[in-house]
Amino acid sequence: MEVADLIFKVIFVLAVFGISLLVAMYSTYAERKVAAFFQDRLGPNRAGPFGILQPLADGVKMFMKEEIIPTNSDKALFILGPSIAMLTACMTGVVIPWGNSLIINGKEFVMQITDVNIGILYIFGVVSIGVYGIMIGGWASNNKFSLLGSLRASSQMISYELAMGMSIIAIVMMSGTLSVREIVLGQPGGHWNVLYQPLGFLLFFICALAETNRTPFDLPECETELVGGYHTEYSSMKLGFYLFAEYINMFISSAVIVCLYFGGYNFPFIESLGLSHNVVSLLGTGIFFIKIFFFIFVFMWIRWTIPRFRYDQLMRVGWKVLLPLAVLNIVITAIVLLWKNDLFSLNF
Amino acid sequence: MIFLSVPSDYMPMAIMFVVSIGFVLTTIFVTHLIGPKRKSDVKLDTFECGIEPQGNSRIPFSIKYFLVAILFVLFDVEVIFMYPWAVNFLELGMYGFIEMILFISLFMLGFLYIVRKGALKWE
Repeated sequence: MEVADLIFKVIFVLAVFGISLLVAMYSTYAERKVAAFFQDRLGPNRAGPFGILQPLADGVKMFMKEEIIPTNSDKALFILGPSIAMLTACMTGVVIPWGNSLIINGKEFVMQITDVNIGILYIFGVVSIGVYGIMIGGWASNNKFSLLGSLRASSQMISYELAMGMSIIAIVMMSGTLSVREIVLGQPGGHWNVLYQPLGFLLFFICALAETNRTPFDLPECETELVGGYHTEYSSMKLGFYLFAEYINMFISSAVIVCLYFGGYNFPFIESLGLSHNVVSLLGTGIFFIKIFFFIFVFMWIRWTIPRFRYDQLMRVGWKVLLPLAVLNIVITAIVLLWKNDLFSLNF
Repeated sequence: MIFLSVPSDYMPMAIMFVVSIGFVLTTIFVTHLIGPKRKSDVKLDTFECGIEPQGNSRIPFSIKYFLVAILFVLFDVEVIFMYPWAVNFLELGMYGFIEMILFISLFMLGFLYIVRKGALKWE
């Protein structure tokens, strides 16, 4: 790897890290504004014009609060839990292609931190480690509410991970690769995968809601039964980490949804504009972010519209509805692909 | 098209890891330093809605959670087998399809068995 490449990568890593944090911060603001809109209220409007500085105020508050580690808790694990949650949330953005490439001084820089051929598996792996963050934190608190919350969270996340993994297989069959970038490149212009995989998209989206512990799957933090769920005992920035991790996960899942099903940075009529390569790339990145923000809004829209599931309903949907549907989707995709490629013959 | 990754492709992941872990450690350390420290026994006690905590929370919990975890491990291993097949789906063609249908049938048979056994029943 050359020095110029390395410098670009470091800058890009810092940029992605910063943008993830910024988007997560402003998602909290957006969530409160969206909630206010849905409930006919004003929402935060005191800190700065339109309350635009509210996330900063919240962040400072989180920093300045007293750090409480209960006497009965397992101290090392109590700190480790939120750290893992935050760390894994930050790590998932690595394989997302944020845009095409930029040509600076005749040298091409790809707008992606790294393009590995196991991109999707990497995302799944890191997201799975995120379960440990919640599990360890809830268990280490030595509080019954936290224990129940973390049990619910881990049980729910692994159940929906199964259906999620299955729903992606159909996409992998269509594009023949696990690299997120190649999947995006396989959807030029307006040929988005969602047109060919509507069922797969629906399954993936429902599972993404469950994986990020968002309503209607937010039973781990069901306040009427479990006070705060797995983070009942947490305070200060460790609580902030859990909340932040949830919003970063929401941002990254929206990005993954857009990459897999909505063409990533591709948009229709991309060639007919007659613009230079760099401008088209930057425009693509802008469009990519617009699509991501749309999905973040949909996540919030669902949260403030649909009531929460009962736990047995949640498990029934995950195992008995989504899993068989995902298998069905795989079989249908396989048959259609074979039929389209004239492969329905056994003579080699 | 075969697309191979070289070890240096994983280098930026390491950079990201260092950046994230640095952020997490710094934040935890700084909040530890600047927050007020007015501890008391009651404040550090386990929270149970304000009443006195009853017993320990290292208690037995529903076996269903454990069962779900075991089933997840079983099924996830089977799902992982499908990824290499999916990547090479068009090259494997009809033979691969028939083999995978057999595999999925066995998979669904196992699934049907656990459903019939009531392993996924939550009451």
